[in-house]
Amino acid sequence: MPNIPHQLKQLVILSGKGGTGKTTLSAALMHLISQSSSKGVFVDADVDAANLALVTEAKILETHPFTGSQVAQINSDECTMCGICYDVCRFNAVKEPMETNDSYKVNELLCEGCAACFHSCLVSAIRLIKQQDGEWYHSLTPYGHQFHAELFPAAENTGKLVTTIKQNAKLFAEDHQLPLMVIDGPPGIGCPVISASAGADLALLVAEPGVSGIHDLERIIKTLQHFKIPALVCINKADLFDKGSEDIQQLARDYSYEVIGEIPFDKAIPQSMVNAQPITRFAPGSEASQIIQKIWKKIEMELFQESVSHD
Amino acid sequence: MIIMISSQGNKLEDLADPRFGRSQWFIRYDTQDDTWQAFENQSIYQRGGAGISSSQFMMDNGVKAAISGSFGPNAHQALSAGGIEMYTFDDNQQSVQEIIKAFQTGSLNKFN
Amino acid sequence: MKIAVASGKGGTGKTMISTSLASSLAGEFPIRFLDCDVEAPNAHLFLKPEIKETLPAVILLPEITMELCTLCGICVEVCEYNALAKVGTKILVFPQLCHGCGSCTLQCPVGAITEYPRPIGTISKGVTDDNIIFGMGELTISEPMPTPIINQLKTQFHNNDVVTILDSPPGASCAVVATIHDADFVLLVTEPTPFGLHDLKQMLGVLSETDTPSGVIINRDGIGDAKVEDYLAEQSIPILMKIPYQETIAEGLAMGHLLTEIMPSYKSEFTKMFQQIIELSRQKETP
Repeated sequence: MPNIPHQLKQLVILSGKGGTGKTTLSAALMHLISQSSSKGVFVDADVDAANLALVTEAKILETHPFTGSQVAQINSDECTMCGICYDVCRFNAVKEPMETNDSYKVNELLCEGCAACFHSCLVSAIRLIKQQDGEWYHSLTPYGHQFHAELFPAAENTGKLVTTIKQNAKLFAEDHQLPLMVIDGPPGIGCPVISASAGADLALLVAEPGVSGIHDLERIIKTLQHFKIPALVCINKADLFDKGSEDIQQLARDYSYEVIGEIPFDKAIPQSMVNAQPITRFAPGSEASQIIQKIWKKIEMELFQESVSHD
Repeated sequence: MIIMISSQGNKLEDLADPRFGRSQWFIRYDTQDDTWQAFENQSIYQRGGAGISSSQFMMDNGVKAAISGSFGPNAHQALSAGGIEMYTFDDNQQSVQEIIKAFQTGSLNKFN
Repeated sequence: MKIAVASGKGGTGKTMISTSLASSLAGEFPIRFLDCDVEAPNAHLFLKPEIKETLPAVILLPEITMELCTLCGICVEVCEYNALAKVGTKILVFPQLCHGCGSCTLQCPVGAITEYPRPIGTISKGVTDDNIIFGMGELTISEPMPTPIINQLKTQFHNNDVVTILDSPPGASCAVVATIHDADFVLLVTEPTPFGLHDLKQMLGVLSETDTPSGVIINRDGIGDAKVEDYLAEQSIPILMKIPYQETIAEGLAMGHLLTEIMPSYKSEFTKMFQQIIELSRQKETP
């Protein structure tokens, strides 16, 4: 049967600052999308602090190990104590011997696996050990399939794990002709954010009023502009600080972004978390839920209006 | 000429792989004598820069044209510098054999 | 004495705690504050330092002198990050993949590689009104790697006699490890929700690797449930402070005020907590 190539639309949810409500919005959108005609596949790209599964009743179908990095290990029997490894390591990961008949040792937590010591050791006393950095999962939720991961504590978060789960989610979406992939993004602006945003058709920025919120919002906006990803803005905890919300509106205007919703601070949101449900399911009549419904409608129009006009 | 196609398996009947850097296999095909060989892509085990090491693999194998679903910016830079042409396919449900045929009849997209 | 403030989950109040702690102690000890959340640094908005100096934070990139290069390809082979490729008669360098490890430079058999600094961000140094020595790092937009900046920031302020408070990035991966690995104590800030608990456990995982003494502050107490407290009691991890959720605090922070400015009674709470921290870190040292 011939495959009709279809356009998978990618929505990524970002903020710059942590704790603004990305995961809350992502879970709510998952719930609303599952009830709409545009079904989706969902990705939790915050592999460092993966919280989406806590509110989506994710049941793991498949677990995959994730190996990426390596660490150096010095064989204490072969070490001649010349100290070259200590000299070449730029990451302070080689420890000098504490006593006279001790050898040099690698601090695996700080070792970046660059292998400079491995190549420099004159007696080949160093070997490189591949590390399992985490796991990724393909899960089923009441709202659709979810791809997520857990990075082991202290592992390197280069974006490779994010890319892996996105790739697998994309293949799943294509196999099942799903039109939409929603990515719950990590905080910050570095590598994991860049990987989460790669290929996105649209970003939803979840902003929080206040000096920290607006400072970090501007940094993520500049990052998205650099990578040419269009965005819409919504304000969470909007009634916390009126001037803060106004400042966000002004910043959005400065960058020609539309603000598509202002969600008031609602104690039902942490309560919905405790009850492991998206807010729109836990308290559908709440003001927060109603505004999130409007936000989804705007996003749906933005992502799919082109396809609509082609019919 | 030597062309290389990203593939999900090690046979011509297998589906082509839409990814370049992290493709499971590469199938090397010689258009002159109709011979082919499958290589497992070692780049998938790397932590980063898979596009670059895959590009290096193309160069080390005398490839003149690389064919995949798309090419990331690093792969694009490396392959362009190496004078290797890039072609892409839209339909991910084609076999490597079909892709080779499409290349020979000029129906693949040239990637710039 | 180095105290790192970390959390796992973003937005729990690390910056609120670290800046208020620094401000509370400023009258009594010489205090140094390092904002290591270089992707999204915020502490300067609250401590309001006068910045005296800004330097580039750099990664050392290889530069190949083609006249000396024999195209042997050893540099490409030893690079673990695929930041180098041999393309025809050239060696290409991919700057954003380079980790600045120096391996290619060391291994080139003909000495054809030299290194030059590529700026990836900035390090700023300043001082606040109450004499807190302030340092922060900031990653340049579109650069992927925060860790080198954190390491360089810490090197700029190497002195063990001063009480240093480090504001850590969110998460539990390498940037956080770079910030906290040499701390004498890690103060974990969490919130009483399932997200807070999950990410707190990630951080505790990191601390079991670094073997650093720690204590927890529960911020926004009252918004969720008691699972975080129960877990900490189970694990015998001390809860050093509980800050109930109050709109006045949230609003004041939004305006850029320190917690100790919004509610001055917290100043003595922080000085008391500091004494507890000293006690707890000493306990760990004695066998």
